[in-house]
Amino acid sequence: MADMANLLQQQILSARADARKLNIIGGNSKAFMGRVASGEPLRVAGHSGIVSYQPVELVLTARAGTPLTELVAALDEQHQMLSFEPPGFGGGATIGGTLACNQSGPGRPWWSSVRDQVLGVRLLNGRGEHLRFGGQVMKNVAGYDVSRLQAGAMGSLGLITEVSLKVLPKPAVTRTLVFDVALQDAVALMNRRAAEPKPLSAACWLDNRLYLRLSGARAAVDATLSQWQGQHSGSPLSGSQGRLLEDDESFWAALRDQTLAFFEGEAPLWRFSIKSTAVNPDLPGNWLIDWGGAQRWYRGAASMAQMQQLAEAAGGQVSLFRGGDRQADVMHPQARALQLLQQRLKQSFDPDGVFNPGRLYSWM
Amino acid sequence: MTEKSKPDKARLVQLFRSFISPEYVIEDAETQRPYECDGLSMYCEMPLIVVLPDTVEQVQRVLQICHQHSVPVVARGAGTGLCAGAMPHAEGVVLSLAKFNQIISIDPLARTARVQPGVRNLAITEAAAEHGLYYGPDPSSQIACTIGGNVAENSGGVHCLKYGLTVHNILSVEMLSVAGEKLSIGSQGLDSCGMDLMALITGSEGLLGIVTEVTVKLLPQPEKAQVVMAAFDSVQKAGDAVGGIISRGIIPGGLEMMDTHAIRAAEDFAKAGYPRGAEALLLCEVDGTAEEVQEHIAQVESLFAAFGATSIRSSQSEAERALLWKGRKSAFPAVGRISPDYYCMDGTIPRGQLAHVLTEMQRMSDEYQLRVANVFHAGDGNLHPLILFDANVPGEFEKTEEFGGRILELCVEVGGCITGEHGVGIEKIRQMPIQFNEQELLQFNAIKHAFDPAGTLNPGKGVPTLRHCQEYRALETRPMPASTSDTGAA
Repeated sequence: MADMANLLQQQILSARADARKLNIIGGNSKAFMGRVASGEPLRVAGHSGIVSYQPVELVLTARAGTPLTELVAALDEQHQMLSFEPPGFGGGATIGGTLACNQSGPGRPWWSSVRDQVLGVRLLNGRGEHLRFGGQVMKNVAGYDVSRLQAGAMGSLGLITEVSLKVLPKPAVTRTLVFDVALQDAVALMNRRAAEPKPLSAACWLDNRLYLRLSGARAAVDATLSQWQGQHSGSPLSGSQGRLLEDDESFWAALRDQTLAFFEGEAPLWRFSIKSTAVNPDLPGNWLIDWGGAQRWYRGAASMAQMQQLAEAAGGQVSLFRGGDRQADVMHPQARALQLLQQRLKQSFDPDGVFNPGRLYSWM
Repeated sequence: MTEKSKPDKARLVQLFRSFISPEYVIEDAETQRPYECDGLSMYCEMPLIVVLPDTVEQVQRVLQICHQHSVPVVARGAGTGLCAGAMPHAEGVVLSLAKFNQIISIDPLARTARVQPGVRNLAITEAAAEHGLYYGPDPSSQIACTIGGNVAENSGGVHCLKYGLTVHNILSVEMLSVAGEKLSIGSQGLDSCGMDLMALITGSEGLLGIVTEVTVKLLPQPEKAQVVMAAFDSVQKAGDAVGGIISRGIIPGGLEMMDTHAIRAAEDFAKAGYPRGAEALLLCEVDGTAEEVQEHIAQVESLFAAFGATSIRSSQSEAERALLWKGRKSAFPAVGRISPDYYCMDGTIPRGQLAHVLTEMQRMSDEYQLRVANVFHAGDGNLHPLILFDANVPGEFEKTEEFGGRILELCVEVGGCITGEHGVGIEKIRQMPIQFNEQELLQFNAIKHAFDPAGTLNPGKGVPTLRHCQEYRALETRPMPASTSDTGAA
């Protein structure tokens, strides 16, 4: 737990001077993401620790290398949480990497993403300048939103050194209902439930089961449970009595951390981020639907061109999340105009291309 | 900006009229007059030309012509902005998107709406109501302001703490670059691959491109909403009570505070039953399922009592809820009645600093001999001090501006920022160097340069242009890396 910002700055300046490239590594829990890394390791894990945490302000600031586990422990004491439910990926995940890779868990459609909750960052750009954007307040519209721009950039714009986040109180009560439903009905059902003003906080489908999580005030959760449990005549749920899931916390944690059996094995893992109501891509095989239909996982070999077509037909994008050919591009192909724009943005932050060359796109 | 190929006004008018109806290419001063300012009327400028195109292709051609001739372009929605962000450029074109006022489609199951940029914020909620849905952000100008302007300013409202700002409530935009090239940013999914361009565009004040379509998220209307009003005999106690609610794990739909000047003005205006003698008033709205609201209202009432509220009143009907809000919502015009003019500031502070900031502000108020009333989005720390002045008194506006600038400095000093939701525009451009150092401002300039190398989109607004940024200018001549894929995907 230390402030290593000056040391990191020196490493960047020296790399820039010698035209060396750097590969940013935090907890090294997401090495499988993006394209194959190149460049010398720039280790950030030591730049760690909570800088400030004011529960009453709902704001937490931590150095980028701080493990999520440390943040969660501090929040637990105050009965608060990282509402975006970031995956721990074996426990090593840091807050900097979580933001850089824009990683959010099952509650994302209802409780926001890490990108939504970030209030400010400190960032070392490719010129070695240590910059501060955003702040520690909920509303801040001065200057461009450089903090949220980092979400998904995978370090291509600079080294995030500090992150300020909005945190939320934990819900008083959480319960999960399970129904037996086929895939084609599950998508419509999730969306219908999400359109009701009820305390839904996650909706997932796997192995012909639909999981609906309710979180909030006890009275609200209990009332919704009894309504939804019994209310199935005339719906695709008729014939399936909703039942309470025992130990539901473990289920959602396993979904969040990708430790469910679905995620095991070597088959390529594709992530579709698409319209929540989209008809599921016509691709036989193993699917998992999360985020109330807006995030869908597929296991199996396929070409990026084929997947791109399916994702676009479903109103969104696809990425090869894990496995497969990682020398090739693994992110949804970008339109020519957007590609040029992102290259120009990259140059504006990192003119010599010091950070994470080719990690996000082959052309960056 | 180069002057080399700048055509004269008559030539530009002729060019625009070749594809836009002549009456929508406005060149005379009288018809241009309504465009000389936005909601911050202290800052005025007459434009060269105003155009009101009604197709994306027309907007594209306007941009192409302006780009070719290095003519500044200032986009404009309803002109309700409060930072002079839509103030015209004397040598530029005002590009009004007012005619883009169609809701293209609403998808009730997916809970989204595709809308043109000139659609009014409230019109989206009204159109979604038949499906039991609404659009979250509700800036106080929502009856008039447009979604395009909301995207440009990342507008908020009284429900931000729970439902977020514009940036949290939109999925995608169709936009045109400064050169008129079409860009599709975001998707119908909740995120897109790579750096988050949606976030960069939102709140960019018309400096990076022209938005021609927006897809917004819609939320289910809460079953029930109820408001508790509580009066306190000190600002400190009211601030502590806000902290108490949040510590208890309740996130109210709205949580507003007013100081004694604002309370009196609002009560005289709206007759909402506010206690005129109170030092601070809190309005706490809880929404959700009927059961949840009942449970939380009881908790809020007992918390307010425990924190020393001198009176507590909970709305017992929709009419009473509307009445209690009426005072708060009319606070600005109410203050307008007790002073010839007022100047609304927009700083954000960590909530815990509220008492200190208000004390300091009172000290400055005495020093400048200018009264100040405060309304405060207490949940998210967004403070709106209203400085009362008389523009007819020589020098008083200048004094007011100076006072306002010092308030913003104070906000930054205590860990806050110079603007929570109104934007920088021209108004706060002088305060930008208080919040950002030179390297940070240069990085902003470099981002601007990546989108708009000639700097013709809304020049002079948002981010101060620094003179010595050769390194960034040099980018223009740097060869681009070769492209390995050109998919045409969007």
